[in-house]
Amino acid sequence: MLLKYLFAKNEDIPAGSSTIFFGYSAIFWFVVGTGLGSFNAAKLAFPDFATGVELFAFGHMRQVHVLAVILGWISMAFAMTMMYMTPALGNTKLWSEKLGLWTAFNWNAGLSLGLILLWCGFTSGREYSDLIWPIDLVVIFGVLVPLGMNVWMTIAQRRTQGIYITNWFFGACIFFLIIVFLVGQSAELFNLTGLTEGYLTFWFAHNVLGLWITPVAAGIAYYTIPKLTGNPLYSHRIGHLHFWSIIAFYSTPASHHLLSAPLPEWLKSFASVEGVLILIPAVAFVANILLTMKGRWSMFVENVEIKFSVTGVLLAIPLNMQGGFQQTRAINWYVHGTGWIVAHAHLALLGMSSFLEIAAVYFGLQQVLRRKLYSLVLANFHFWFVIIGFCIYWISMTIAGLIQGAGKIYEVPYIDVVIAEHPYMIARWIGGTMVFTGNMVWLYNMYMTAREGTIVPKGRYAHEMAYER
Amino acid sequence: MLGLSMTITLMLPSFDFRSAESTWVGLDKSLSNGLRIGWSYEDPFVVGASKPLTVILNANPKTGEPYDPPVRAYVYQPGTPFASGVEHPDNLGPTVKKLSLERGKIDQLDRSQGAVFTIEFADVNGQEWAYVVNETATKGWTPQEVLSAAGDANTRYVGRGKTVYITEGCWWCHTLLPEHTQDWQVFGTPPYLGDFNGEMPTAFGSDRKAPDILHVASRNSSREWMMMHFFNPRLVQPNSIMPRFDYLWGKVDANGNPIDFAKWRADYTAYRKGERAYPPEVPEYARNTEIRALIDWVLTSLK
Repeated sequence: MLLKYLFAKNEDIPAGSSTIFFGYSAIFWFVVGTGLGSFNAAKLAFPDFATGVELFAFGHMRQVHVLAVILGWISMAFAMTMMYMTPALGNTKLWSEKLGLWTAFNWNAGLSLGLILLWCGFTSGREYSDLIWPIDLVVIFGVLVPLGMNVWMTIAQRRTQGIYITNWFFGACIFFLIIVFLVGQSAELFNLTGLTEGYLTFWFAHNVLGLWITPVAAGIAYYTIPKLTGNPLYSHRIGHLHFWSIIAFYSTPASHHLLSAPLPEWLKSFASVEGVLILIPAVAFVANILLTMKGRWSMFVENVEIKFSVTGVLLAIPLNMQGGFQQTRAINWYVHGTGWIVAHAHLALLGMSSFLEIAAVYFGLQQVLRRKLYSLVLANFHFWFVIIGFCIYWISMTIAGLIQGAGKIYEVPYIDVVIAEHPYMIARWIGGTMVFTGNMVWLYNMYMTAREGTIVPKGRYAHEMAYER
Repeated sequence: MLGLSMTITLMLPSFDFRSAESTWVGLDKSLSNGLRIGWSYEDPFVVGASKPLTVILNANPKTGEPYDPPVRAYVYQPGTPFASGVEHPDNLGPTVKKLSLERGKIDQLDRSQGAVFTIEFADVNGQEWAYVVNETATKGWTPQEVLSAAGDANTRYVGRGKTVYITEGCWWCHTLLPEHTQDWQVFGTPPYLGDFNGEMPTAFGSDRKAPDILHVASRNSSREWMMMHFFNPRLVQPNSIMPRFDYLWGKVDANGNPIDFAKWRADYTAYRKGERAYPPEVPEYARNTEIRALIDWVLTSLK
């Protein structure tokens, strides 16, 4: 339906079209990504499930799950929020709806192609940079640069005096991501080898998480929480402390992912120290948001978007406490390469980041479609399935990781570790399947919202209206 | 501020990496893997096309003079892109580069003719250094005569095998990086600084759900065990969660007979239920299969 606008004049495209395109694409990729996650978890729990077929081998599907979630769900949800928050915060229109639609189209087409190729074994063999370099070029020049152009130009032509903290995050993080992609993929383009390649792989992996997935999610919370509660942000200045300390401290700890590789020792020590400093932006962010909630805590129970948002912010507390300390040498030797890290990664992506984006996608789609959410019951079902599923996953993988760590240092034969982990692998599969189920319900709920949601009159917010179902 | 962080995290480490001297392990990996693994113009389907072959020579292919211990040679047939350290000697590290150029003559190369390399050792300032020797320039060995002198039994498809390791995603569970803790007592020595020069991708692995295999061939060098384990890991380790890699056998076995996977699985299920006393036999793989290359890589490279 939206595809017809790809060749329309920019003025003829209704405002919010790219928000809608990105929003539904993001939810679709969330369903795909978590479905693949559930399938992969089943393979770890029951190794003879769907066996003997090359395409269903674990090694062919694991990376497709990761990239579908990162580049499909999370990054497209980011783009969706940028398409409506950036103009709203500048009291202006999006610079180009047409470019936004093309970006969304390129993104879906490029990512589908990239993931199908990856699934078939066209891989660079580099974690998080798995896509072969021709696809990386599509991502950089077909997706990220146009997205950046749209956001930067919208900020430039704003009709407000200052730039709100959310837009600082949006504008800067797209710029970082382009640099990170260019530098990270240069290993493949220019055939850099050896430790340079290994280090660049994790330089990319670290910065994609530290300069894109977590800070943009935080920027989103700086918009949704004040908007929904009606409270002004507690402190814009603390927001800036958050922003600048992320850039200063969190752009450097890449090598804390490779503490056991033979990288220069000074680099690892430097990275570990900088890694602990993540606590500064983390405390600034969590405190700022929770203080903004002052007087409106009843909304944590009553309002589903706030429920998702605040849960995401609360999950940032264990995320950063783990993240700050597990990367020091004192702790990392025990947990490195175990399920603990897998649990931590899901805490960042599925816990903290995804919850903030889910809230923003709920809110933004209702605003742009001018329709009230179809069903609160289904939305609450979504919330509880995702949070309970996530907690089962997180706790079971943390325990599995501690078992693996103990097995590692007490020199237990590896197969005994595998046997001890088996119940937790089943729990992980159950948790992941719950998240997948919740997301399928969400997709249905948002589809029905577009079709049958109560119309929101001009000048009103969707969350001020009563639910009809 | 971003510039400062890029100076610290990219530019300064690059000086360290550039001065890293390649070890024998680094040279062996680089020469046996070829230029790169992953998508490239020479290997667009990422199946391990245009890769060098590693051969074990029991005698000099020109003179017939016997080698004891046998010599490992890396055969680049005409058109195969040369390894990173040969194309760009700076990647070998300063001393190894000097030795490889002066004594190994690695600058006298022609891709359209192919070349054969070996690794030799030299004493410089009381320290032993491994360096690359271009045997085509020094001894006149041609790729074809080295391959026919070695024969298929002594040829190892190492580069193609590593490609299978990458594309099948083995590295999502197995790591190639014993850690600097108690790990090395079970999994062996952690790698050294110079063990990676010229390798692409390094694929250490980060999410260990299975044993580290950097030195697995030192613990278990049985080709038969590897074959059973890849076909169905539960044959040799009933509690393993490794996937079956029986599809790497292709359609026919070593004698050209079609492999009946459905029957094999049915027989195996009967065995697991206790209806058969023995599991079905694992078929011998054919000469040019992915599984042969993978086992070649495991047994040759992971020592």
